Amino acid sequence: MVRLEKRLQPSAVFAWATPVMAVIATMIFGGLLFAALGKDPLVAIRTIFWDPLFGQYAFFYRPQLLVKGGPLILIAIGLSLGFRAGIWNIGAEGQYIMGAICGAGAGLAFYPLEAWYIFPIMVLAGALGGWVWAMIPGVLKVKFGTNEILVSLMLVYVAEQFLASVSLGLLKNPQGFGFPGSRNLQQYPSAHNAEIFEGTGMHWGVAAALIAVIFAYVLLSRHQLGYHIRLTGEAPRAAKFAGVSPSRLILFCLGISGAFAGLAGMFEASGPAGQITIDFNTGYGFTAIIVAFLGRLHPVGILLAGLLMALTYIGGEIAQSSLGLPSAAIQMFQGMLLFFLLAVDVLTGYRIRFGQREAA
Amino acid sequence: MDLSAINPVLLVASLMVAATAVMIAAIGELIVERAGVLNLGVEGMMITGAICGFAVAVQTGSPLLGFVAAAGGGALLSMLFAFLTQFALANQVASGLALTLFGLGLSALLGQGYQGIKPPATPRLDIPMLSDLPVVGRILFGHDLMVYFGLALVAATWAFLKYTRAGLVLRAVGENHDAAHALGYKVIRIRVMAIAFGGACAGLGGAYISLIRVPQWTEGMTAGIGWIALALVVFASWKPWRVLLGAYLFGGVTVLQLNLQAAGLAIPVEYLSMSPYLITILVLVIMSADKSRAPASLGRVFHATH
Amino acid sequence: MSEPLLSIRGLTKAYPGVVANSDVSFDIQPGEVHALLGENGAGKSTLVKMIYGLVKPDSGEMRVRGAPYAPPEPQAARAAGVAMVFQHFSLFDALTVAENIALGMADPPAMRDLAKRIREVSETYGLPLDPWRVVGDLSAGERQRVEIIRCLLQNPKLLIMDEPTSVLTPQEVNILFETLRKLKSEGTSILYISHKLEEIRALCDEATILRLGKKVATCTPRDTTAREMAELMVGTELHVPSREYREPGAVRLALNGLSVKSPGQFGTSLKGITLEVRAGEVLGLAGVAGNGQDELLGALSGELRSASAMVVLDGTEVGAAGPGERRRMGLLTAPEERLGHAAAPDMSLTENAALTGAERKGIVSGGFLNWGRARDFAKEVIARFDVRTPGTENAARSLSGGNLQKFVIGREVMQDPQVLVVNQPTWGVDAMAAAVIRQALLDLAAGGAAVVVISQDLDELMEVSDRFGALNEGRLSEIRPAKGLTVDEIGLMMGGSHDMEVAHV
Repeated sequence: MVRLEKRLQPSAVFAWATPVMAVIATMIFGGLLFAALGKDPLVAIRTIFWDPLFGQYAFFYRPQLLVKGGPLILIAIGLSLGFRAGIWNIGAEGQYIMGAICGAGAGLAFYPLEAWYIFPIMVLAGALGGWVWAMIPGVLKVKFGTNEILVSLMLVYVAEQFLASVSLGLLKNPQGFGFPGSRNLQQYPSAHNAEIFEGTGMHWGVAAALIAVIFAYVLLSRHQLGYHIRLTGEAPRAAKFAGVSPSRLILFCLGISGAFAGLAGMFEASGPAGQITIDFNTGYGFTAIIVAFLGRLHPVGILLAGLLMALTYIGGEIAQSSLGLPSAAIQMFQGMLLFFLLAVDVLTGYRIRFGQREAA
Repeated sequence: MDLSAINPVLLVASLMVAATAVMIAAIGELIVERAGVLNLGVEGMMITGAICGFAVAVQTGSPLLGFVAAAGGGALLSMLFAFLTQFALANQVASGLALTLFGLGLSALLGQGYQGIKPPATPRLDIPMLSDLPVVGRILFGHDLMVYFGLALVAATWAFLKYTRAGLVLRAVGENHDAAHALGYKVIRIRVMAIAFGGACAGLGGAYISLIRVPQWTEGMTAGIGWIALALVVFASWKPWRVLLGAYLFGGVTVLQLNLQAAGLAIPVEYLSMSPYLITILVLVIMSADKSRAPASLGRVFHATH
Repeated sequence: MSEPLLSIRGLTKAYPGVVANSDVSFDIQPGEVHALLGENGAGKSTLVKMIYGLVKPDSGEMRVRGAPYAPPEPQAARAAGVAMVFQHFSLFDALTVAENIALGMADPPAMRDLAKRIREVSETYGLPLDPWRVVGDLSAGERQRVEIIRCLLQNPKLLIMDEPTSVLTPQEVNILFETLRKLKSEGTSILYISHKLEEIRALCDEATILRLGKKVATCTPRDTTAREMAELMVGTELHVPSREYREPGAVRLALNGLSVKSPGQFGTSLKGITLEVRAGEVLGLAGVAGNGQDELLGALSGELRSASAMVVLDGTEVGAAGPGERRRMGLLTAPEERLGHAAAPDMSLTENAALTGAERKGIVSGGFLNWGRARDFAKEVIARFDVRTPGTENAARSLSGGNLQKFVIGREVMQDPQVLVVNQPTWGVDAMAAAVIRQALLDLAAGGAAVVVISQDLDELMEVSDRFGALNEGRLSEIRPAKGLTVDEIGLMMGGSHDMEVAHV
């Protein structure tokens, strides 16, 4: 008989080992899945994990790693602060959309003026858009005790409808021959989120993601606010006893995760995507949840997890075109990763014992 | 705009249909939550049930087998959640989210090749005299069998919780799992069974959408209904009959906005499509003042220690 | 001599790192009230859990009336006639009395019949109860009645009672003892677990004394002095805290009609509490659990806010201030619940030192935390209060109850408070650690601080208090000098017997 025995101390070794174990388990079961779909599992795994980095066309894919990883990391860092405190913003997708709409909208309002201050205004507008969208569940939770999980999620669907509405109306390109979607910001230099170094994929959103990683690291390890976030997550009553105001913490955590998601949306709309369209959002807001957990809600872990998840996106696209692997298989693969991580995470806090003995 | 195109009798009849999927899923989640478990994976289990039911119904030609398969598929998927939360002691919020993300991917994968097919029709109730009655006949006696199944499920769940010993034990486990354990009840076994029931109900709800309400298969077709089911449980203060009320309210809003779209109301389509979600938020705000009825052990990890 | 009802031979149970019970043997005769006596951590709870089928022994055997008895689960124990009243009630707040009782029965009758039987049995034994009331609304004494009646409805041969009097006023204790004596006269055996010696002398026929998991002695309580039993139980001579009497100084803490609504659904709101504590003085506040102790501590720590003038610290109104601000001004508190309230279980002692020490110990400056200083502070507390732990980086959860309590109290004491308020400072703590904690509180008062001790342990309060009051349903009794108070007077201050009746024998 297998029994779990609570460790006196969380294991430091397993805290690092569990994400690695989860990745390996996902590769194994993902391989079985691909085999079941009639693909050679080894080739599929190599295509997803190896080719984008070291394959023939790696020079093309490597910058993509930053392009895809940037928004994932930026959003996941914001989410992780709330998750640490037991505040569940799962509507980052909606905040991402609203950030993109506000950021792009602010830029387009100046069209065709060229000025240095346009891009900074867009950055602020993007952050503000995401922040406002996340403050809705925040304020409702503080004022009425409404469940933030459900409200933030409902707002994703609302944001998607709003996105459809502005792509067809307010922000529609007047010179777009009737096609839905805004003007292309890549052709509007003052509003374009260009690469900082040509050919590296390193645009301002990636820079923002790296700054966010450092910010979160310092906040959590050195600052009293970060300590209070951790304390609230571990022992809410002890946090109140220490003097934490739960309401302010809720507003801070939701606000900052919304602002980060909004920023990610804005950088995406003004950079890699270039425009606001009906299908602008591709699920970064949800994938970032996986990234946050895979990185064990630790800033450095999230950095690594974000890059790994970006790799599966890119590798998945290659596998889709070269092996005909359905995109749904990649989506499932990512879900599987989170499953395995949650399953093996028990080893951090518990020891597995075999035999009849009772757990202490 | 032509409001006269909206027929009140049809409106009521179709809101009953629109409410059924979310009602069945919410009743399942209600049982899960009364046992003290928060499963946020309803959306994932619904969409998985939707494709399982659809695929089996198309393959066998039998909608009934489709519904059975949907319940099985949902329950099977829910066992992943049960394993994570009850045996690996994982966080319930994260595990539920994982279930939804996984279910969306899984259903998309299973659904390849089923796009654009029409499923076999599910029989309707047709009682000669009664179904032909004006107004009442259309509203009460003209539906497919699942509508009545949903109503029966609400009644059965109510009676189960109120009058049976098993229902009492289930509530006890949700209220205070440590005390239930001290009295010798098998907390984990009871919770796993509740989770399986919740999964089966979510699967049935999903299949209702793909086999009857739409009826066809498209990726992500549940479009948040699973989340609304979760909201309904809160709205209902964990009481079965109020789930019925909430589901009809939601169904009413959905049907009404569709009718208004069809009638060409001067509000853009997107804003009408938002309305069910916005109204769900509004209802959540109104209901969250009354927190008292939430099961006390809801969402807490249980690990026997002594 | 007749065959014993329950016979225990060589019962042993080990957990990783600790032997809870080692080779324990004793007998319980029919109709006997048998005491199981021992300090916290002596292994009493594990032993009764084995008898009740919640824990399986590693070795040893039990017999009921000569037949082998090894219950795999509590249902089997109940079927064999063994019933148990838990120390921490195994009740369901949101369910009714009748539903709670039905859950504890193997084959309950229909609810209406059950309700009728509950009324009958509760009347017979002097424990009146309304079967349709929701348990969460009941007082601690009434909740205990639910547990007892749940057991009695099954006509047990052996009734196990785990520290039953810790939630009762002295008058209620007398009523309970009447009930137990009536049960004994009907032939029911009782296994009575306690560390309160006078109770055991008043009630029990035989006593088995456990220390560190081993049986160290048996005795007949009526023929043994309390002091002898205490020394058998603790193993060493007890150190009684000492202090020098000082004239109290200026008023440090004043509460003026403090009224606060309880945040919990089943909590007790505070109603117009007025008191003053002076420098150099210890005020003891008694009360049965759930009469507003948690709320009072919260209202003083700043977790619950009140009107500003309701709480006055050294002449400054602080009722509306938060915990951090009150700490900076010198009002420190230590709540009852160690894990999860006074300390974060999974955080290290260093991090827990910063939990309340951030402001006064210069650990925080400009919003940033200086972990080096936090570690030094944790080290100081560990050294001065002899906290047994491998180091400051160990999780709070890894400490034993007594050691963690020393850390939590030490953390506040070493911040030199003007006023210190503690709730249940020695609950679940072994006698040595309890003596250290009480001495620290007395030393603090001797140094000029005002100390408020909220406790359900009357012996403790009489030992440390200068003045004495009691909480009853959120109200405070008159405050009187502690010296010379009788047990009866204290009991009346705590609310007397509430509405309990003596058994209709």
